[in-house]
Amino acid sequence: MKNSIVAAVVAASLGIATAAQAEITVGFVTSQSGPGSSIGVLYDRGMKAAVEYASSVGAEKVKLIQLDDGSDPSAATRNARKLVEENKVDLLIGTATAASTSAMVAVANELKVPMIAISPISVAANEAGDRWAIVMPQPPSLMVKIVVDRMKRDGVKQFAYIGFSDAWGDLVYNGAQKPAEADGLKILTNERYARTDTSVTGQVLKMMATKPEAVLLGGSATQGALPPLALAERGYKGPLYGTPALLNTDFIRVGGKAVEGVQVSAGPVIVAEQLPDSHFSKKISMDFRAAYQKANGMPTSDGFSAYSFDAWLVFLDAAKRAMATGAKPGTPEFRVALKNAIFSTKDLVGTHAIYNFKPSDSYGVDDRALVMVRLVGGQWKYAP
Amino acid sequence: MNGEIAAILAMDGIASGAIYVLIGLGLVLIFAVTRVIFVPFGDIAAFTALSLASLETGGRPGTVGLVAVLAILATAVEATALVRNRALHRLPRALLFYLVLPLVPAAAVWFAAGTTLSMPLRIVLSLALVLPIAPLLDRIVFRPIADASVLLLLTVAVALHFALSGLGLMFFGPEGVRTKPLTDTVFDVAGLIVNGQTLLILAASIAFCGLLFLYFEFTIQGKALRATAVNRIGARLVGIRPTSTGTIAYLLASLLAGISGVLIAPVTTIFYDSGFLLGLKAFVGAIIGAMVSYPVTALGAVMVGLLESYTSFWLSAYKEVLVFGLLIPVLLWRSLSFSGTEEEEAEE
Repeated sequence: MKNSIVAAVVAASLGIATAAQAEITVGFVTSQSGPGSSIGVLYDRGMKAAVEYASSVGAEKVKLIQLDDGSDPSAATRNARKLVEENKVDLLIGTATAASTSAMVAVANELKVPMIAISPISVAANEAGDRWAIVMPQPPSLMVKIVVDRMKRDGVKQFAYIGFSDAWGDLVYNGAQKPAEADGLKILTNERYARTDTSVTGQVLKMMATKPEAVLLGGSATQGALPPLALAERGYKGPLYGTPALLNTDFIRVGGKAVEGVQVSAGPVIVAEQLPDSHFSKKISMDFRAAYQKANGMPTSDGFSAYSFDAWLVFLDAAKRAMATGAKPGTPEFRVALKNAIFSTKDLVGTHAIYNFKPSDSYGVDDRALVMVRLVGGQWKYAP
Repeated sequence: MNGEIAAILAMDGIASGAIYVLIGLGLVLIFAVTRVIFVPFGDIAAFTALSLASLETGGRPGTVGLVAVLAILATAVEATALVRNRALHRLPRALLFYLVLPLVPAAAVWFAAGTTLSMPLRIVLSLALVLPIAPLLDRIVFRPIADASVLLLLTVAVALHFALSGLGLMFFGPEGVRTKPLTDTVFDVAGLIVNGQTLLILAASIAFCGLLFLYFEFTIQGKALRATAVNRIGARLVGIRPTSTGTIAYLLASLLAGISGVLIAPVTTIFYDSGFLLGLKAFVGAIIGAMVSYPVTALGAVMVGLLESYTSFWLSAYKEVLVFGLLIPVLLWRSLSFSGTEEEEAEE
């Protein structure tokens, strides 16, 4: 008798538990402090805008749990574990630095939870050979390919390269090699400089000696302006090309006249208001900006917050299809269903791209995810 | 590579070498007097640049909070020591030196925030703000362990660097800054374009080397510093207090670091943790000078600058490797030609 009462109580509480578990829970990690916070805060605001834009799947409300990783990969790992094991989240989204994001992906692979990475990283499949994470941003090789294609269209036959002496400089240089070969362009130099350098005179002199028709910049933010300044000083008048890493107000401020006219590849959301109405990104980007304004009380023109927004769109779309399979949120079956749904995303329109994910690849964007923009009078102008 | 390129590179190298000279001299000065290899020294330079930048944008530099916290800590440490030694009559003096003096520039900056100051005033204020940091750190961290081995002092200095760069992140944020150029003038010397900024760096570096020389040769204080550097116990016997020479060394060295921070701020982007690499390259120069010789340190620092500049032309990807690789032949040569007695052992 007593046992049956206990059983009934347990069953009842379990019943309550499963009822509560019916809502989908999403764990979101970003860097609101530490060195990565300049980007992490944007991701946070983008997520606020996303929740403002839509916060339910069908009739189900979505619960979002947000944690700060302080730009520390070990904290990101702890957060991801805590979210999965204690909060039983169905999906992980994160985070600002590449190292922390990779750390979260490792947890996602181990605990078999789908994850949407919002920093550009390369994701490997887990030991069993399946992938649990997708990556929202455009892959660096694509960012460079679009630029090299544009050089070809502009009639450039050979160009000089200068970039950071770190992983980013390598990504840009390696990304440029293949399309340059395909387009018949010659890369004249592979000059490097450190983020902390005070001068690039030596590198620039060497580049000038090769008489380049154009220069490709593999730097970022403020220090990305160092080569254009030195080039202008040495009388270089040719065109400059760069990657989205230069989409930065400090780059414009420090570079001044020297960076005027520089062309970089960018997600279409950057120049949303200048896009033609027929462009896929126009409507959703304007909706995103309105939601951002409403949620954060300030306008936006950055591309980072749009990655969180797109991650949310991919999740909502996939969650709808995962719910249709009948799996209950909070269960391993639902996680698998959600993963399968995410990896079969088809033609989902986001602010940056039209997303198509396949189980064989973590990146899901194509050439349409980038447009070229030109710096005119301190403003980025859409250059179709 | 032709003559013109070589000349441009040489000029560039000497300009960055001049910055390393200032920091290298400071490192040697502190080490000679206190036996501390002051690893966070580059951070002091970076903090000056960051303070200058935030004064420029009309903000309130994070250094104010840092100095205030350090001043309060140092005063507490000093007061406790005085109470323990029953030397209460020296308390007012301690309060003046450890609390009031460091807080004067901090207070000035606090109230000046938001108003636009002229460039020279901004520079003086940020220098005055940064000057007390190293002496206060000395009082809090190094004086209690002043007689420890060089290795222990070095370990503590490394730990202090990490603490400082963490605080830097807290007070200044992760964004890099770059200040307005001190001068826009450009000179044409025999067909070479020379920046006013480069000349300013050179002039400042030479001027401070000269001033240091005069100070060490012709003032009692300077001679006391040299005496402490040569033999601490001997200096004590003739009435020189190592604690006060230590404080003077830290102040002087901070001034050098501050000046280099001001000079470098318009040339490159300074982040909260940029100081470390700056200090490390100057350290290579100081090693060439065996941490004792000022002229050889200066020469070594210029050499590092030149090496950096020429390798950036030939092998830009391996620039840092070559600069730090320079340490190996220098250390080999130093240890092979070493003939003096081990000072460490002589003291113990």
